[in-house]
Amino acid sequence: MGLKSYLKNLLVSKELDAHLDRIEKPVGTLGFDPWGFNLETSKIALAFFASAYERYFRVKTNGVDNVPSQGPVLIIANHSGQLPIDGILIGYAVANREKDPRYPRAMIERFFPTVPFLGNLLNQLGAVLGDPTNCARMLENDEAVIVFPEGIRGSGKLYKDRYQLQRFGSGFVHLAMKHNTPIVPVGVVGCEETIPAIANIKPLAKMLGVPYVPVALPFIFPAKVILNFGKPIYFENEDLTEEQVTRRVEKVKKAINGLIAKGLEERQGVFE
Amino acid sequence: MSTTPKPSPTRTRSRKKTVLVTGAAGALAQQVINRLRGKYQIVAVDFRELTYLSDDIPSYKIDFTKRVFEDLFKTYAFDSVIHLGRISSSEETRLRRYNANVLGTQKLLDLSHKYGISHVVVLSTFHVYGASPYNPALIEETAPLKAAELTMDLVDSVELENLANIYLWRYPDLNITILRPCNIVGPGVKNTMSRLLSHSFSPVLMGFSPMMQFIHIDDMADAIELAHRQPIRGVYNVAPNDWVSYQEALDQCNCTGIPLPSIPPVLPKAITRLMNLKMFPSYLVNYFKYPVVINGKAFEKKFGFKPQRPLKEIFRYYKEVKD
Repeated sequence: MGLKSYLKNLLVSKELDAHLDRIEKPVGTLGFDPWGFNLETSKIALAFFASAYERYFRVKTNGVDNVPSQGPVLIIANHSGQLPIDGILIGYAVANREKDPRYPRAMIERFFPTVPFLGNLLNQLGAVLGDPTNCARMLENDEAVIVFPEGIRGSGKLYKDRYQLQRFGSGFVHLAMKHNTPIVPVGVVGCEETIPAIANIKPLAKMLGVPYVPVALPFIFPAKVILNFGKPIYFENEDLTEEQVTRRVEKVKKAINGLIAKGLEERQGVFE
Repeated sequence: MSTTPKPSPTRTRSRKKTVLVTGAAGALAQQVINRLRGKYQIVAVDFRELTYLSDDIPSYKIDFTKRVFEDLFKTYAFDSVIHLGRISSSEETRLRRYNANVLGTQKLLDLSHKYGISHVVVLSTFHVYGASPYNPALIEETAPLKAAELTMDLVDSVELENLANIYLWRYPDLNITILRPCNIVGPGVKNTMSRLLSHSFSPVLMGFSPMMQFIHIDDMADAIELAHRQPIRGVYNVAPNDWVSYQEALDQCNCTGIPLPSIPPVLPKAITRLMNLKMFPSYLVNYFKYPVVINGKAFEKKFGFKPQRPLKEIFRYYKEVKD
Protein backbone atom coordinates (compact mmCIF):
# COMPACT_ATOMS: atom_id res chain seq x y z
CA MET A 1 0.00 0.00 0.00
CA GLY A 2 2.93 2.29 0.82
CA LEU A 3 4.47 1.82 -2.63
CA LYS A 4 1.13 2.39 -4.31
CA SER A 5 0.54 5.68 -2.45
CA TYR A 6 4.09 6.79 -3.26
CA LEU A 7 3.69 6.03 -6.97
CA LYS A 8 0.30 7.70 -7.03
CA ASN A 9 1.68 10.89 -5.48
CA LEU A 10 4.61 10.79 -7.87
CA LEU A 11 2.78 10.07 -11.12
CA VAL A 12 -0.90 10.97 -10.90
CA SER A 13 -1.60 14.66 -11.36
CA LYS A 14 -4.53 16.25 -9.54
CA GLU A 15 -6.24 16.89 -12.89
CA LEU A 16 -5.95 13.24 -13.98
CA ASP A 17 -7.07 12.07 -10.55
CA ALA A 18 -10.14 14.32 -10.71
CA HIS A 19 -10.81 13.32 -14.33
CA LEU A 20 -10.73 9.59 -13.49
CA ASP A 21 -12.86 10.09 -10.40
CA ARG A 22 -15.66 11.13 -12.76
CA ILE A 23 -15.88 7.51 -13.94
CA GLU A 24 -18.22 5.40 -11.85
CA LYS A 25 -16.86 1.94 -11.09
CA PRO A 26 -18.63 -0.66 -8.97
CA VAL A 27 -15.85 -1.80 -6.64
CA GLY A 28 -15.90 -3.36 -3.17
CA THR A 29 -14.94 -1.74 0.12
CA LEU A 30 -11.20 -2.18 -0.53
CA GLY A 31 -11.27 -0.86 -4.10
CA PHE A 32 -11.35 -4.18 -6.01
CA ASP A 33 -13.97 -5.71 -8.28
CA PRO A 34 -14.48 -9.48 -8.74
CA TRP A 35 -12.11 -9.57 -11.73
CA GLY A 36 -9.32 -7.83 -9.83
CA PHE A 37 -9.73 -4.29 -11.19
CA ASN A 38 -8.20 -1.83 -8.75
CA LEU A 39 -8.93 1.85 -8.96
CA GLU A 40 -5.64 3.07 -7.48
CA THR A 41 -3.44 0.83 -9.64
CA SER A 42 -5.29 1.83 -12.79
CA LYS A 43 -4.86 5.53 -12.00
CA ILE A 44 -1.09 5.02 -11.64
CA ALA A 45 -0.96 2.98 -14.84
CA LEU A 46 -2.96 5.53 -16.83
CA ALA A 47 -0.63 8.29 -15.60
CA PHE A 48 2.29 6.13 -16.69
CA PHE A 49 0.75 5.41 -20.09
CA ALA A 50 -0.07 9.09 -20.62
CA SER A 51 3.46 9.92 -21.74
CA ALA A 52 3.65 6.79 -23.93
CA TYR A 53 0.32 7.77 -25.50
CA GLU A 54 1.03 11.46 -25.93
CA ARG A 55 4.77 11.59 -26.57
CA TYR A 56 6.10 8.19 -27.60
CA PHE A 57 3.37 6.95 -29.93
CA ARG A 58 1.86 10.44 -30.50
CA VAL A 59 -1.54 8.80 -30.80
CA LYS A 60 -4.10 10.47 -33.02
CA THR A 61 -7.67 9.51 -32.25
CA ASN A 62 -10.66 10.03 -34.50
CA GLY A 63 -14.26 9.42 -33.46
CA VAL A 64 -13.62 8.29 -29.88
CA ASP A 65 -17.02 9.75 -28.98
CA ASN A 66 -18.61 6.98 -31.08
CA VAL A 67 -18.21 4.87 -27.93
CA PRO A 68 -21.56 5.48 -26.18
CA SER A 69 -21.34 7.41 -22.93
CA GLN A 70 -23.12 4.66 -21.00
CA GLY A 71 -24.49 1.14 -21.31
CA PRO A 72 -22.82 -1.98 -22.64
CA VAL A 73 -20.65 -1.67 -25.72
CA LEU A 74 -18.20 -3.94 -27.52
CA ILE A 75 -15.14 -2.15 -28.90
CA ILE A 76 -13.84 -4.43 -31.65
CA ALA A 77 -10.41 -3.79 -33.15
CA ASN A 78 -7.64 -5.33 -35.22
CA HIS A 79 -4.83 -6.82 -33.12
CA SER A 80 -1.15 -6.41 -33.84
CA GLY A 81 2.33 -5.82 -32.49
CA GLN A 82 3.20 -8.89 -30.33
CA LEU A 83 2.39 -7.03 -27.06
CA PRO A 84 -1.09 -5.75 -26.12
CA ILE A 85 -0.07 -2.12 -26.70
CA ASP A 86 -3.10 -1.56 -28.95
CA GLY A 87 -5.47 -2.55 -26.12
CA ILE A 88 -3.76 -0.17 -23.70
CA LEU A 89 -3.89 2.74 -26.17
CA ILE A 90 -7.59 2.17 -26.98
CA GLY A 91 -8.34 1.92 -23.26
CA TYR A 92 -6.44 5.11 -22.54
CA ALA A 93 -8.18 6.97 -25.38
CA VAL A 94 -11.63 6.14 -23.99
CA ALA A 95 -10.65 6.79 -20.35
CA ASN A 96 -9.01 10.08 -21.21
CA ARG A 97 -11.68 11.55 -23.50
CA GLU A 98 -13.14 14.81 -22.27
CA LYS A 99 -16.81 13.89 -22.68
CA ASP A 100 -18.08 11.01 -20.52
CA PRO A 101 -14.83 9.11 -19.98
CA ARG A 102 -15.12 5.36 -19.35
CA TYR A 103 -12.76 2.63 -18.12
CA PRO A 104 -13.03 -0.04 -20.82
CA ARG A 105 -12.31 -3.66 -19.92
CA ALA A 106 -10.06 -5.59 -22.28
CA MET A 107 -10.55 -9.32 -22.87
CA ILE A 108 -7.11 -10.92 -22.76
CA GLU A 109 -5.64 -14.16 -24.06
CA ARG A 110 -5.92 -17.25 -21.92
CA PHE A 111 -2.22 -17.61 -21.17
CA PHE A 112 -1.89 -14.25 -19.36
CA PRO A 113 -3.26 -15.46 -15.99
CA THR A 114 -0.39 -17.97 -15.85
CA VAL A 115 2.29 -15.28 -16.27
CA PRO A 116 3.62 -14.03 -12.91
CA PHE A 117 3.28 -10.28 -12.22
CA LEU A 118 1.89 -9.45 -15.68
CA GLY A 119 -1.36 -11.41 -15.24
CA ASN A 120 -2.12 -9.71 -11.93
CA LEU A 121 -1.12 -6.29 -13.20
CA LEU A 122 -3.38 -6.60 -16.25
CA ASN A 123 -6.26 -7.66 -14.00
CA GLN A 124 -5.72 -4.65 -11.76
CA LEU A 125 -5.86 -2.42 -14.84
CA GLY A 126 -9.24 -3.88 -15.76
CA ALA A 127 -8.21 -6.61 -18.20
CA VAL A 128 -10.22 -9.80 -17.92
CA LEU A 129 -9.65 -13.38 -19.03
CA GLY A 130 -11.24 -13.67 -22.48
CA ASP A 131 -13.98 -16.06 -21.48
CA PRO A 132 -17.55 -15.77 -22.82
CA THR A 133 -18.95 -15.95 -19.26
CA ASN A 134 -16.74 -13.05 -18.18
CA CYS A 135 -17.66 -11.01 -21.25
CA ALA A 136 -21.39 -11.64 -20.73
CA ARG A 137 -21.15 -10.51 -17.08
CA MET A 138 -19.26 -7.39 -18.12
CA LEU A 139 -21.98 -6.48 -20.61
CA GLU A 140 -24.66 -7.15 -17.99
CA ASN A 141 -22.73 -4.70 -15.77
CA ASP A 142 -22.97 -2.06 -18.56
CA GLU A 143 -19.23 -2.11 -19.20
CA ALA A 144 -17.36 -1.02 -22.33
CA VAL A 145 -15.46 -4.15 -23.39
CA ILE A 146 -12.49 -4.23 -25.77
CA VAL A 147 -12.28 -7.44 -27.80
CA PHE A 148 -9.75 -8.47 -30.42
CA PRO A 149 -11.55 -11.26 -32.28
CA GLU A 150 -8.34 -12.24 -34.06
CA GLY A 151 -6.75 -13.14 -30.70
CA ILE A 152 -3.18 -14.36 -30.91
CA ARG A 153 -3.59 -14.87 -34.67
CA GLY A 154 -3.54 -11.08 -34.92
CA SER A 155 -1.02 -10.08 -32.26
CA GLY A 156 1.46 -12.80 -33.20
CA LYS A 157 1.45 -12.29 -36.96
CA LEU A 158 4.64 -11.41 -38.78
CA TYR A 159 5.59 -8.04 -40.24
CA LYS A 160 5.10 -9.29 -43.77
CA ASP A 161 1.41 -9.90 -42.97
CA ARG A 162 0.81 -6.44 -41.48
CA TYR A 163 -2.66 -4.94 -41.86
CA GLN A 164 -4.08 -8.20 -43.16
CA LEU A 165 -6.93 -9.15 -40.89
CA GLN A 166 -6.76 -12.74 -39.66
CA ARG A 167 -9.75 -14.97 -39.00
CA PHE A 168 -12.25 -13.40 -36.56
CA GLY A 169 -13.92 -15.52 -33.89
CA SER A 170 -17.71 -15.12 -33.93
CA GLY A 171 -18.27 -15.07 -30.16
CA PHE A 172 -18.45 -11.29 -29.99
CA VAL A 173 -21.38 -11.13 -32.44
CA HIS A 174 -23.29 -13.78 -30.46
CA LEU A 175 -22.71 -11.76 -27.27
CA ALA A 176 -23.64 -8.47 -28.96
CA MET A 177 -26.93 -9.97 -30.18
CA LYS A 178 -27.77 -11.68 -26.89
CA HIS A 179 -27.08 -8.58 -24.80
CA ASN A 180 -28.41 -5.99 -27.29
CA THR A 181 -25.01 -4.39 -27.34
CA PRO A 182 -23.68 -1.99 -29.99
CA ILE A 183 -20.36 -2.80 -31.63
CA VAL A 184 -17.92 0.06 -32.17
CA PRO A 185 -15.31 -0.98 -34.77
CA VAL A 186 -11.80 0.42 -34.38
CA GLY A 187 -9.02 0.47 -36.96
CA VAL A 188 -5.58 0.58 -35.33
CA VAL A 189 -2.71 1.81 -37.47
CA GLY A 190 0.88 1.95 -36.22
CA CYS A 191 1.04 -0.90 -33.72
CA GLU A 192 2.12 -3.28 -36.50
CA GLU A 193 5.37 -1.28 -36.68
CA THR A 194 6.08 -1.13 -32.92
CA ILE A 195 7.63 -4.62 -32.70
CA PRO A 196 8.11 -5.94 -36.24
CA ALA A 197 8.68 -9.70 -36.14
CA ILE A 198 10.23 -11.66 -38.99
CA ALA A 199 9.63 -15.18 -37.64
CA ASN A 200 8.02 -17.14 -34.86
CA ILE A 201 10.06 -19.78 -33.00
CA LYS A 202 7.23 -22.28 -32.57
CA PRO A 203 9.15 -25.08 -30.75
CA LEU A 204 10.43 -22.60 -28.14
CA ALA A 205 6.93 -21.17 -27.73
CA LYS A 206 5.58 -24.68 -27.18
CA MET A 207 8.30 -25.41 -24.63
CA LEU A 208 7.62 -22.20 -22.71
CA GLY A 209 3.86 -22.61 -22.90
CA VAL A 210 3.37 -19.24 -24.60
CA PRO A 211 1.48 -18.64 -27.86
CA TYR A 212 4.48 -17.37 -29.82
CA VAL A 213 8.13 -16.34 -29.51
CA PRO A 214 8.81 -13.68 -32.14
CA VAL A 215 12.16 -13.07 -33.75
CA ALA A 216 12.32 -9.30 -33.33
CA LEU A 217 14.55 -6.59 -31.98
CA PRO A 218 14.18 -6.20 -28.21
CA PHE A 219 12.89 -2.71 -28.73
CA ILE A 220 9.53 -1.02 -29.11
CA PHE A 221 9.69 1.41 -32.05
CA PRO A 222 8.00 4.81 -31.60
CA ALA A 223 5.66 4.36 -34.55
CA LYS A 224 2.95 6.96 -34.94
CA VAL A 225 -0.37 5.37 -33.90
CA ILE A 226 -3.75 6.31 -35.36
CA LEU A 227 -6.96 5.03 -33.78
CA ASN A 228 -10.07 5.39 -35.93
CA PHE A 229 -13.30 4.67 -34.10
CA GLY A 230 -16.22 3.86 -36.42
CA LYS A 231 -19.95 4.41 -35.97
CA PRO A 232 -21.71 1.85 -33.73
CA ILE A 233 -23.11 -1.21 -35.50
CA TYR A 234 -26.32 -2.73 -34.14
CA PHE A 235 -27.44 -6.30 -34.72
CA GLU A 236 -30.96 -7.54 -33.98
CA ASN A 237 -31.18 -10.43 -31.53
CA GLU A 238 -32.40 -13.14 -33.91
CA ASP A 239 -32.12 -16.91 -34.02
CA LEU A 240 -29.49 -17.24 -36.75
CA THR A 241 -27.46 -20.06 -38.22
CA GLU A 242 -23.70 -19.91 -37.77
CA GLU A 243 -23.40 -18.96 -41.44
CA GLN A 244 -25.65 -15.94 -40.93
CA VAL A 245 -23.64 -14.97 -37.83
CA THR A 246 -20.44 -15.22 -39.89
CA ARG A 247 -21.95 -12.76 -42.37
CA ARG A 248 -22.42 -10.32 -39.49
CA VAL A 249 -18.81 -10.93 -38.41
CA GLU A 250 -17.73 -10.12 -41.97
CA LYS A 251 -19.68 -6.87 -41.81
CA VAL A 252 -17.68 -5.80 -38.73
CA LYS A 253 -14.46 -6.98 -40.36
CA LYS A 254 -15.25 -4.89 -43.44
CA ALA A 255 -15.85 -1.82 -41.26
CA ILE A 256 -12.50 -2.35 -39.49
CA ASN A 257 -10.72 -2.83 -42.82
CA GLY A 258 -12.20 0.48 -43.98
CA LEU A 259 -11.00 2.24 -40.81
CA ILE A 260 -7.50 0.75 -41.22
CA ALA A 261 -7.37 1.95 -44.84
CA LYS A 262 -8.45 5.41 -43.68
CA GLY A 263 -5.70 5.44 -41.07
CA LEU A 264 -3.04 4.30 -43.53
CA GLU A 265 -4.11 7.00 -45.95
CA GLU A 266 -4.00 9.60 -43.19
CA ARG A 267 -0.53 8.57 -42.03
CA GLN A 268 2.32 10.70 -43.41
CA GLY A 269 4.98 8.13 -42.54
CA VAL A 270 5.57 5.31 -40.06
CA PHE A 271 7.28 7.60 -37.55
CA GLU A 272 5.82 10.98 -38.51
CA MET B 1 -22.08 -35.53 27.79
CA SER B 2 -21.13 -39.06 26.86
CA THR B 3 -19.49 -41.09 24.16
CA THR B 4 -22.36 -43.51 23.51
CA PRO B 5 -25.99 -42.54 23.34
CA LYS B 6 -28.19 -43.80 26.16
CA PRO B 7 -31.84 -44.39 25.48
CA SER B 8 -33.94 -41.50 26.63
CA PRO B 9 -36.66 -42.34 29.13
CA THR B 10 -39.41 -41.50 26.68
CA ARG B 11 -39.13 -41.55 22.89
CA THR B 12 -41.96 -39.15 22.49
CA ARG B 13 -41.18 -35.94 20.66
CA SER B 14 -40.67 -32.92 22.85
CA ARG B 15 -42.49 -29.74 21.86
CA LYS B 16 -39.32 -28.28 20.50
CA LYS B 17 -38.00 -29.65 17.24
CA THR B 18 -34.77 -31.62 17.55
CA VAL B 19 -31.74 -30.89 15.41
CA LEU B 20 -28.55 -32.89 15.05
CA VAL B 21 -25.47 -30.70 14.56
CA THR B 22 -22.28 -32.43 13.41
CA GLY B 23 -18.79 -31.03 13.74
CA ALA B 24 -19.58 -29.76 17.22
CA ALA B 25 -15.93 -29.28 18.15
CA GLY B 26 -15.54 -26.59 15.52
CA ALA B 27 -16.00 -22.87 16.13
CA LEU B 28 -18.61 -22.60 13.36
CA ALA B 29 -20.83 -25.36 14.79
CA GLN B 30 -20.70 -23.70 18.20
CA GLN B 31 -21.80 -20.39 16.68
CA VAL B 32 -24.66 -22.15 14.90
CA ILE B 33 -25.65 -23.92 18.11
CA ASN B 34 -25.72 -20.57 19.93
CA ARG B 35 -28.18 -19.29 17.34
CA LEU B 36 -30.45 -22.35 17.63
CA ARG B 37 -30.27 -22.68 21.42
CA GLY B 38 -33.62 -22.14 23.05
CA LYS B 39 -35.57 -22.56 19.83
CA TYR B 40 -34.58 -26.18 19.25
CA GLN B 41 -33.55 -29.22 21.20
CA ILE B 42 -29.95 -29.65 20.01
CA VAL B 43 -27.86 -32.79 19.90
CA ALA B 44 -24.19 -32.24 19.08
CA VAL B 45 -21.79 -34.76 17.64
CA ASP B 46 -18.20 -34.76 16.45
CA PHE B 47 -15.92 -37.53 15.29
CA ARG B 48 -12.75 -35.75 16.36
CA GLU B 49 -13.28 -34.87 20.00
CA LEU B 50 -15.85 -34.67 22.74
CA THR B 51 -16.99 -31.12 23.38
CA TYR B 52 -18.93 -29.87 26.35
CA LEU B 53 -21.43 -27.27 25.19
CA SER B 54 -23.92 -26.97 28.05
CA ASP B 55 -25.94 -29.18 30.36
CA ASP B 56 -28.98 -29.08 28.12
CA ILE B 57 -27.12 -30.08 24.95
CA PRO B 58 -26.15 -33.75 24.75
CA SER B 59 -22.77 -34.04 23.05
CA TYR B 60 -21.16 -37.16 21.61
CA LYS B 61 -17.88 -38.25 20.04
CA ILE B 62 -18.85 -40.82 17.43
CA ASP B 63 -17.38 -42.10 14.19
CA PHE B 64 -20.24 -41.74 11.69
CA THR B 65 -19.27 -44.92 9.90
CA LYS B 66 -19.77 -47.04 13.05
CA ARG B 67 -23.06 -48.75 13.90
CA VAL B 68 -23.39 -46.90 17.19
CA PHE B 69 -24.11 -43.72 15.21
CA GLU B 70 -27.55 -45.10 14.36
CA ASP B 71 -28.39 -45.33 18.07
CA LEU B 72 -28.47 -41.52 18.11
CA PHE B 73 -31.26 -41.57 15.55
CA LYS B 74 -33.11 -44.19 17.57
CA THR B 75 -32.68 -42.22 20.78
CA TYR B 76 -33.65 -38.81 19.51
CA ALA B 77 -36.36 -38.14 16.98
CA PHE B 78 -34.42 -35.68 14.85
CA ASP B 79 -36.38 -33.30 12.68
CA SER B 80 -33.37 -31.85 10.89
CA VAL B 81 -29.64 -32.26 10.51
CA ILE B 82 -26.96 -29.58 10.13
CA HIS B 83 -23.91 -31.36 8.79
CA LEU B 84 -20.85 -29.21 9.45
CA GLY B 85 -18.57 -32.08 10.41
CA ARG B 86 -16.16 -31.95 7.54
CA ILE B 87 -12.50 -32.59 8.16
CA SER B 88 -10.91 -29.76 6.25
CA SER B 89 -8.25 -30.41 3.64
CA SER B 90 -5.49 -29.22 5.98
CA GLU B 91 -6.31 -31.87 8.60
CA GLU B 92 -5.64 -35.59 8.77
CA THR B 93 -4.56 -37.95 6.00
CA ARG B 94 -6.24 -38.27 2.64
CA LEU B 95 -7.69 -41.70 3.52
CA ARG B 96 -9.04 -40.62 6.90
CA ARG B 97 -10.58 -37.54 5.32
CA TYR B 98 -12.21 -39.70 2.67
CA ASN B 99 -13.63 -42.07 5.29
CA ALA B 100 -14.94 -39.29 7.48
CA ASN B 101 -16.14 -36.89 4.83
CA VAL B 102 -17.48 -39.22 2.16
CA LEU B 103 -18.38 -42.49 3.87
CA GLY B 104 -19.43 -40.68 7.05
CA THR B 105 -21.69 -38.36 5.10
CA GLN B 106 -23.18 -41.27 3.17
CA LYS B 107 -24.03 -42.98 6.45
CA LEU B 108 -25.51 -39.76 7.79
CA LEU B 109 -27.69 -39.28 4.72
CA ASP B 110 -28.80 -42.93 4.73
CA LEU B 111 -29.83 -42.66 8.35
CA SER B 112 -31.53 -39.32 7.72
CA HIS B 113 -33.59 -41.00 5.02
CA LYS B 114 -34.34 -44.05 7.15
CA TYR B 115 -35.53 -41.97 10.10
CA GLY B 116 -37.63 -39.52 8.08
CA ILE B 117 -35.60 -36.35 8.61
CA SER B 118 -37.22 -33.50 6.71
CA HIS B 119 -34.30 -31.11 6.23
CA VAL B 120 -30.53 -31.56 5.93
CA VAL B 121 -28.11 -28.65 5.61
CA VAL B 122 -24.69 -29.72 4.31
CA LEU B 123 -21.60 -27.52 4.52
CA SER B 124 -19.36 -27.80 1.48
CA THR B 125 -16.64 -25.43 0.29
CA PHE B 126 -15.77 -23.20 -2.67
CA HIS B 127 -12.66 -25.38 -3.11
CA VAL B 128 -14.81 -27.83 -5.09
CA TYR B 129 -14.71 -25.53 -8.13
CA GLY B 130 -10.92 -25.91 -8.34
CA ALA B 131 -8.34 -23.16 -8.84
CA SER B 132 -7.75 -22.97 -12.57
CA PRO B 133 -6.24 -20.13 -14.60
CA TYR B 134 -9.32 -20.31 -16.84
CA ASN B 135 -11.88 -19.71 -14.09
CA PRO B 136 -14.25 -16.88 -14.92
CA ALA B 137 -15.11 -14.57 -12.03
CA LEU B 138 -18.39 -14.93 -10.11
CA ILE B 139 -18.68 -18.68 -10.58
CA GLU B 140 -22.25 -19.88 -10.33
CA GLU B 141 -23.56 -23.05 -8.74
CA THR B 142 -24.01 -24.78 -12.10
CA ALA B 143 -20.28 -24.61 -12.93
CA PRO B 144 -18.42 -27.93 -13.14
CA LEU B 145 -16.53 -29.07 -10.03
CA LYS B 146 -12.97 -29.26 -11.25
CA ALA B 147 -11.07 -29.58 -7.96
CA ALA B 148 -10.70 -33.36 -8.19
CA GLU B 149 -9.19 -33.07 -11.64
CA LEU B 150 -6.54 -30.69 -10.30
CA THR B 151 -5.58 -32.43 -7.07
CA MET B 152 -6.33 -35.80 -5.48
CA ASP B 153 -6.30 -34.18 -2.06
CA LEU B 154 -9.61 -32.48 -2.70
CA VAL B 155 -11.36 -35.59 -4.01
CA ASP B 156 -13.19 -36.03 -0.70
CA SER B 157 -14.64 -32.49 -0.91
CA VAL B 158 -15.96 -33.11 -4.42
CA GLU B 159 -17.20 -36.61 -3.59
CA LEU B 160 -19.05 -35.31 -0.54
CA GLU B 161 -20.80 -32.83 -2.79
CA ASN B 162 -21.61 -35.41 -5.44
CA LEU B 163 -23.03 -37.68 -2.80
CA ALA B 164 -25.16 -34.95 -1.30
CA ASN B 165 -26.34 -34.04 -4.81
CA ILE B 166 -27.34 -37.64 -5.58
CA TYR B 167 -29.33 -37.84 -2.34
CA LEU B 168 -30.83 -34.43 -3.06
CA TRP B 169 -32.49 -35.78 -6.20
CA ARG B 170 -33.05 -39.37 -5.09
CA TYR B 171 -34.72 -38.47 -1.80
CA PRO B 172 -36.46 -35.12 -2.29
CA ASP B 173 -38.12 -35.49 1.14
CA LEU B 174 -34.72 -34.97 2.77
CA ASN B 175 -34.76 -31.37 1.46
CA ILE B 176 -30.98 -31.16 1.25
CA THR B 177 -29.50 -27.66 1.17
CA ILE B 178 -25.84 -27.65 0.19
CA LEU B 179 -23.87 -24.51 1.06
CA ARG B 180 -20.59 -23.70 -0.68
CA PRO B 181 -19.03 -20.84 1.29
CA CYS B 182 -15.93 -18.83 0.39
CA ASN B 183 -13.06 -18.59 2.94
CA ILE B 184 -14.61 -18.69 6.43
CA VAL B 185 -12.46 -16.64 8.78
CA GLY B 186 -12.66 -14.93 12.15
CA PRO B 187 -12.25 -15.76 15.86
CA GLY B 188 -11.79 -19.45 16.57
CA VAL B 189 -11.52 -20.55 12.93
CA LYS B 190 -8.58 -22.91 12.43
CA ASN B 191 -8.59 -23.46 8.66
CA THR B 192 -5.64 -22.76 6.34
CA MET B 193 -6.73 -19.23 5.46
CA SER B 194 -7.38 -18.19 9.05
CA ARG B 195 -3.95 -19.48 10.09
CA LEU B 196 -2.26 -17.57 7.26
CA LEU B 197 -3.94 -14.31 8.25
CA SER B 198 -3.03 -14.84 11.93
CA HIS B 199 0.71 -15.11 11.32
CA SER B 200 3.11 -12.19 11.09
CA PHE B 201 4.74 -13.81 8.05
CA SER B 202 2.90 -15.94 5.52
CA PRO B 203 3.88 -17.42 2.16
CA VAL B 204 2.82 -15.81 -1.10
CA LEU B 205 3.55 -17.00 -4.63
CA MET B 206 5.85 -14.55 -6.35
CA GLY B 207 3.95 -12.54 -8.95
CA PHE B 208 0.51 -13.93 -8.03
CA SER B 209 -2.14 -12.37 -5.87
CA PRO B 210 -5.52 -13.85 -6.79
CA MET B 211 -8.81 -12.25 -5.90
CA MET B 212 -10.40 -13.79 -2.83
CA GLN B 213 -13.58 -13.61 -0.80
CA PHE B 214 -13.88 -13.87 2.96
CA ILE B 215 -16.90 -14.42 5.13
CA HIS B 216 -16.87 -13.77 8.87
CA ILE B 217 -17.67 -16.82 10.97
CA ASP B 218 -20.63 -14.96 12.53
CA ASP B 219 -22.07 -14.21 9.09
CA MET B 220 -21.57 -17.82 8.03
CA ALA B 221 -23.34 -19.02 11.18
CA ASP B 222 -26.18 -16.63 10.32
CA ALA B 223 -26.27 -18.09 6.79
CA ILE B 224 -26.50 -21.65 8.11
CA GLU B 225 -29.19 -20.66 10.57
CA LEU B 226 -31.12 -18.98 7.74
CA ALA B 227 -30.75 -22.04 5.50
CA HIS B 228 -32.00 -24.22 8.34
CA ARG B 229 -35.14 -22.13 8.84
CA GLN B 230 -36.83 -23.26 5.65
CA PRO B 231 -36.46 -26.58 3.84
CA ILE B 232 -35.35 -25.37 0.43
CA ARG B 233 -33.58 -27.95 -1.70
CA GLY B 234 -30.59 -26.90 -3.75
CA VAL B 235 -26.94 -25.89 -3.94
CA TYR B 236 -25.94 -22.36 -2.98
CA ASN B 237 -22.71 -20.41 -2.94
CA VAL B 238 -22.31 -18.24 0.14
CA ALA B 239 -20.10 -15.18 -0.25
CA PRO B 240 -20.38 -11.46 0.32
CA ASN B 241 -20.27 -9.03 -2.60
CA ASP B 242 -16.80 -7.86 -1.76
CA TRP B 243 -13.42 -8.92 -3.05
CA VAL B 244 -9.77 -8.38 -2.24
CA SER B 245 -6.50 -9.72 -3.54
CA TYR B 246 -4.64 -12.20 -1.32
CA GLN B 247 -1.62 -9.96 -0.81
CA GLU B 248 -3.79 -6.97 0.00
CA ALA B 249 -5.64 -9.13 2.56
CA LEU B 250 -2.30 -10.00 4.19
CA ASP B 251 -1.34 -6.30 4.23
CA GLN B 252 -4.64 -5.43 5.86
CA CYS B 253 -3.89 -8.00 8.59
CA ASN B 254 -0.36 -6.64 9.19
CA CYS B 255 1.06 -9.83 7.79
CA THR B 256 4.21 -9.78 5.67
CA GLY B 257 4.23 -11.99 2.60
CA ILE B 258 7.22 -14.28 2.15
CA PRO B 259 7.55 -14.83 -1.61
CA LEU B 260 7.97 -18.39 -2.83
CA PRO B 261 9.20 -19.03 -6.39
CA SER B 262 6.11 -19.54 -8.52
CA ILE B 263 7.41 -20.83 -11.84
CA PRO B 264 7.75 -23.46 -13.13
CA PRO B 265 4.53 -24.60 -11.42
CA VAL B 266 6.12 -27.73 -9.93
CA LEU B 267 8.52 -25.59 -7.88
CA PRO B 268 6.14 -24.08 -5.30
CA LYS B 269 4.41 -27.44 -4.89
CA ALA B 270 7.75 -29.19 -4.37
CA ILE B 271 8.91 -26.57 -1.86
CA THR B 272 5.73 -26.73 0.20
CA ARG B 273 5.79 -30.52 0.11
CA LEU B 274 9.46 -30.74 1.08
CA MET B 275 9.04 -28.27 3.91
CA ASN B 276 5.74 -29.91 4.91
CA LEU B 277 4.21 -26.47 5.40
CA LYS B 278 0.94 -27.22 7.19
CA MET B 279 -0.12 -23.59 6.91
CA PHE B 280 0.37 -23.69 3.12
CA PRO B 281 -0.38 -27.22 1.91
CA SER B 282 1.00 -28.12 -1.49
CA TYR B 283 -2.40 -29.14 -2.93
CA LEU B 284 -3.86 -25.74 -2.08
CA VAL B 285 -1.04 -23.86 -3.79
CA ASN B 286 -3.16 -23.14 -6.87
CA TYR B 287 -5.75 -21.35 -4.71
CA PHE B 288 -3.01 -18.78 -3.98
CA LYS B 289 -2.26 -18.46 -7.67
CA TYR B 290 -5.58 -18.38 -9.48
CA PRO B 291 -8.86 -16.85 -8.36
CA VAL B 292 -11.94 -18.83 -7.40
CA VAL B 293 -14.45 -16.02 -7.05
CA ILE B 294 -17.99 -17.28 -6.48
CA ASN B 295 -21.35 -15.63 -6.98
CA GLY B 296 -23.41 -15.64 -3.80
CA LYS B 297 -26.41 -13.80 -5.26
CA ALA B 298 -28.73 -16.85 -5.52
CA PHE B 299 -28.42 -17.55 -1.79
CA GLU B 300 -28.90 -13.89 -0.91
CA LYS B 301 -32.04 -13.73 -2.99
CA LYS B 302 -33.58 -17.04 -1.97
CA PHE B 303 -32.90 -16.77 1.76
CA GLY B 304 -32.71 -13.00 2.23
CA PHE B 305 -29.12 -13.23 3.41
CA LYS B 306 -27.13 -10.07 3.99
CA PRO B 307 -23.63 -10.39 5.49
CA GLN B 308 -23.07 -7.85 8.28
CA ARG B 309 -19.29 -7.87 8.83
CA PRO B 310 -17.28 -5.97 6.21
CA LEU B 311 -13.78 -7.01 5.14
CA LYS B 312 -12.16 -4.27 7.21
CA GLU B 313 -13.75 -5.62 10.39
CA ILE B 314 -12.60 -9.15 9.53
CA PHE B 315 -9.03 -8.01 8.96
CA ARG B 316 -9.04 -5.77 12.05
CA TYR B 317 -9.49 -8.89 14.17
CA TYR B 318 -6.37 -10.50 12.67
CA LYS B 319 -4.46 -7.25 13.08
CA GLU B 320 -5.42 -7.04 16.75
CA VAL B 321 -4.46 -10.68 17.34
CA LYS B 322 -0.89 -9.71 16.46
CA ASP B 323 -0.74 -6.63 18.72
